[in-house]
This record gives sequence, structure tokens and C-alpha cells, in this order.
Amino acid sequence: MRTTDRWIFTVVFLLIAVFPWLVGRISGISHYIEVMIFAGIFSLVCLGLSLLMGYAGQISLAQAAFFGIGAYTSGILTARFDWNPWLAMPVGAVLAAAVAWIVGVPALRLRGHYLAMATLGFGVIVHIVFSEEVEWTGGPSGMVDIPGLAIAGWRISSEVQWYYLIWGIVFLALLFSFHILHSRVGRALRAIHEEEIAAEAMGVPTARYKVQIFVFGAVLAAIAGSFYTHYVTFLSPSSFNLMWSIRFVLMVMVGGMQSLWGALLGTVLLTFVGNEWLQVFADFEVLVYGAILLVVALFLPQGLISVLRRGPGGARSSVSRLGGEG
Amino acid sequence: MEHPARQPGASILELNDIQMSFGGVHALKGINHAVPEGIIQAVIGPNGAGKTTLFHCISGLLNPTEGSILFRGAEINGLAPHRIAHLGISRTFQHVALFKSMTVLENVMLGRHSRTRSGFWATGLRFPGMRSEERNIHKKAEAFLDLVGLADASRLQAGTLPLGKQKILEIARALATEPRLVLLDEPAGGLNMTETEELGVLIQKICQTGITVVLVEHDMNLVMDISDQILVLHYGQYLASGTPQHIKDDPAVIEAYLGEN
Ligand SMILES: Nc1ncnc2c1ncn2[C@@H]1O[C@H](COP(=O)(O)OP(=O)(O)OP(=O)(O)O)[C@@H](O)[C@H]1O
Ligand SMILES: [Mg+2]
Repeated sequence: MRTTDRWIFTVVFLLIAVFPWLVGRISGISHYIEVMIFAGIFSLVCLGLSLLMGYAGQISLAQAAFFGIGAYTSGILTARFDWNPWLAMPVGAVLAAAVAWIVGVPALRLRGHYLAMATLGFGVIVHIVFSEEVEWTGGPSGMVDIPGLAIAGWRISSEVQWYYLIWGIVFLALLFSFHILHSRVGRALRAIHEEEIAAEAMGVPTARYKVQIFVFGAVLAAIAGSFYTHYVTFLSPSSFNLMWSIRFVLMVMVGGMQSLWGALLGTVLLTFVGNEWLQVFADFEVLVYGAILLVVALFLPQGLISVLRRGPGGARSSVSRLGGEG
Repeated sequence: MEHPARQPGASILELNDIQMSFGGVHALKGINHAVPEGIIQAVIGPNGAGKTTLFHCISGLLNPTEGSILFRGAEINGLAPHRIAHLGISRTFQHVALFKSMTVLENVMLGRHSRTRSGFWATGLRFPGMRSEERNIHKKAEAFLDLVGLADASRLQAGTLPLGKQKILEIARALATEPRLVLLDEPAGGLNMTETEELGVLIQKICQTGITVVLVEHDMNLVMDISDQILVLHYGQYLASGTPQHIKDDPAVIEAYLGEN
């Protein structure tokens, strides 16, 4: 990790660590712990998406679907077949990886926004499956009797325990992602972002890397889905519809693409906006998100993180295209 | 020609009837040429002659409409550019295509990509093998920067270098892939006279290490000074080929190309 990232990592780590204690001292916001648990789960969904959007220049509209694949795999295997949750979790992750690979390979071979279209269609189909396969998923009325989690026979029961578990995993995923970014693979990703053609000509298999990030994002989303399942112990298809996929894209955009910290910031912020501060506007939720998206796109193309880093705007490198040199 | 076995003096690159059309524009109209291994081969021709298009075809960025390209006896057209890079062809770009916000050193380190292995798991979990590979990439990249004389700039952002140095950095990045054949597209563009002279020395040094150089260049002094062979293109067609002395005196070349200026 670079020194600046190490600093931010330490500071954010400490903030997250003392948050439950802080919240406990201020009256009326004790349920913020719960909101932060959801924010942590969603951060896992958004981490991979941030890499995909920031480095591969692609948008996935199926993050909610992968989230759901993890959630329902865990739900079905534990509630219907009595599997151990820790065994069900990797099954969901592998399933999500396989499906992402099948969707990603043809869509990412082509230049352009085929992935957005492919994942849009795929996400809708997955949501229909969740709703219609009543025998397996419980359909629209939901799935119940899902067990909680235990570590070495010790049940995770309190909100604070869940909080530390989820954020511990978020930090592990962050660490993994930072290690990737500051290595051979990360250099390749940054090179693809800046000059895709030159990267390819210097030996970087650009299409393969895009597929890998997409699969990585799907796996993280599936793992997040598994934890979500055991935390809420109830599943309904509406948590995995297109609106949620759009929300995840928005979280990354608001915080800032191409910055893992930005993705984290955007996720926490929008989770609070959605769960807490905008309850009054619930009926106008789509409208509010649309407005946020517009403001970000027009005034903060690099996301909120850019304001923290160097003031609004900031130069963006253009991707040069082949041909017409003469 | 057949290449049952590689022999010294065999051609490293063979172009057989290369044609490239963009819709109605015929940028290359059937180029036949063989480049012997270990030489400096210049490709010259007026603006729009098709030189850059030829480089795009050889490096796989464009797929020729017709014809075949043999590298060390094996057909490479149709392969993805990263495969061709892996086989040992590297290049620079006429319009500098550096990774501008990465450092000078990182640009060259990227050149090591096809010669190294660590993937997602190895880098994400920082396997010991990955760390030593990373150190190796670092060391090699520094050596290539040293070779081209950019060692002092290694920590700077590539985009902040003056154009001349960016062109040199592209050469270092290309060399870092350990090519057998390197394509240089107007490396002297934007260089002053001393820099161009240094470039000439560098290209000769590269050739002495056994790397075959194909050089597209408008600076005729440089071309005539260092090339072993020159191929002249004109409107996408073969015009002449031979030693610098031969090309200098070729009336067709003088009329089509040198006479123009
Ligand atoms: N992608 C493209 N689409 C359409 N036409 C193209 C494309 N690329 C090149 N051309 C045309 O092909 C011809 C050859 O171009 P090319 O860039 O290869 O010339 P060049 O010899 O490199 O010229 P220069 O010395 O100016 O760099 C030109 O007429 C150019 O306009
Ligand atoms: Mg050119």
C-alpha cells in the first residue's frame, strides 16, 4: 500500500472501530449501528463495482442480482438443507463467479457498453427467478427460518458483534483490493484505464482483466449477500431488483469512481440517506436519486472523494482511440 | 518462402501481400517485404503513405484485409495484440501513448507484464513469490531506464515529461517487454538535434543487443545514418527498397518523396 492509503486506512479503521462507542454516548442514534451494518454489507457490493467502473470503464447493472445469488444460495442451503452457513457461503460465491464469467466473457470482448446491457437483462431475469421459483425461494412472500451465524459455536447475537464482523470483512476486502491495485495486476488495470490500446500492445490481455474484475465484483457481492441473509434472516425478491442495482451504481458514482475510499464514502452516505434521512421522501425516492445523480454528473464527475482530495473537478485523462493518425 | 528451420540471416518478419482498407480508403495496397533478422530497417514515405497503418497491422491492432504476416516463420495476423507482444514484437506510437498519470518507472514496469505471472490471488494475498517478482520487475525496469538515460526521472509522472523524453520513455517501455523485433513510429518527432543524435546512438545500441529494429521516420539524416535497409511506401504501395545509398539515388524515390520537400 502507498503511504497515503496506509494513513487513510488507519484513520478510517479507527473511526469505524470507535463508532459503536460514540453512538452509544449520543442519545437517539443508537440504531445507527444497524444502518452501518447495512452500509458495510453494501460496501462489499460496491468495492468490486468501483474497480469495474473506475478501471475497466464498464457499468454492471447486475450487482443486486449477484448479491441475491449469494443471499438465496445461503438461504436455501441453510434453511432447506440444514447446511452450515460457512459452507453455503463459498457455494454462493462460486456460483456467482461462474455466472459472471458466462455473462462477462462475451460482453467484455467487445468494446463499448455491452456489459451494461447484458447485465441489465441478466439482472431482470434473476429477479424474476427469485420471484417465480416459489418452491425454492418462497417467492414474493419471502423466505423465513434462515439461521443466524455462529463462529466456533459462539453465536453472533448483538448488533455490535455483527457490526464488527461485517466491517472486519470490509477491511479484509479493502486490503485485498489495495494489494491488487499496487501490484502487477493493478498497474495493468490503471494502464487499461489510461491507454487501453497501448496496454494491449505492451502485452496486457485487456479483455481478460475486465472479466476478472467483473467476476471479482460478483464474488464480493455474493459474499455480501450471504452475510445479509444470516443477518436479517429473511429474504424477499424486492431486495435484489433493478432499483438496487442502480442504487449500487449510484453509491459508487456519488463517492467517486476509481477510488476505493470514494466507493466506501458513497455507500455509507447513501445508505444513511436511504435508511434514515430521507424516510419522509420515501414516495419520491426515485426522484431523489435521480436528482443526486444529476448533481454528481454535472458538478462532481469524480465524486465526493475528489472534493476531499483536491477540490471539485480535477483533470481526467482522455482515452485515445486508434486510427486517424496522419 | 518456406522456413522449415530457423537459420542465421533468415528474415524475422515477412509481409505477404498486406492490404488494409478502411471502407473506401485503401491505406495499404499489397505490401510484400522481408526484414532480415538483426538489422535496422527503415520504412519511409510521404504523409499518408501507410507507414503507421503497417505498424498497426504488424502489432495486431489492425487485422489486415488481405495477406499474411509471418514472425519468425509463424503467421501472426489475427492474433490479439497482447499475444503478439508476448511472442516478441513491441512498438512505440507516433502519437505518444504513455500511461500519463503513472510514474516513469511504472510505465516501464508495465512493459514487464507479459514476462511475469502474478495474478489476482497472488497479488491480492501478497504471496511471497509475488513479492520477489515485484522486486525483480522494479530492478529490470530501472535497468531499462538507465539504458535510455531516464533514470533520474523515474519518480516523475510520465505526462509531465517534455515530449522528447516521453518518446524515449516509450522506447524504454517497449524494450522492457524483451522484444526480438521493435517497431519505432517516428521516434525523433519532437526531438531537437542533439536529442536526435543521441536517439540514433540508442537505436544502434538496441540493434547491437540482437533486437531487430523497424524504424518509421521523417528525419532523413537519421534514417540515412543508421539504417541498413530502407523500404519506401507511396500511397499504400511499394515504391522501392534497398540500402540508404541505393534509395538516395533512386529516381522514383526522389520524385515521389525527396523531391516533394
Ligand atoms: N482508422 C482509419 N480510418 C480511415 N482511414 C484511415 C485510418 N487510419 C489511417 N487511415 C488512412 O490511411 C492512410 C494511411 O495513413 P497512415 O497513418 O498509415 O499514414 P502514415 O504513412 O503513417 O503517415 P504520417 O507520415 O503522416 O504518419 C491515410 O490516408 C489515412 O487517412
Ligand atoms: Mg504515421
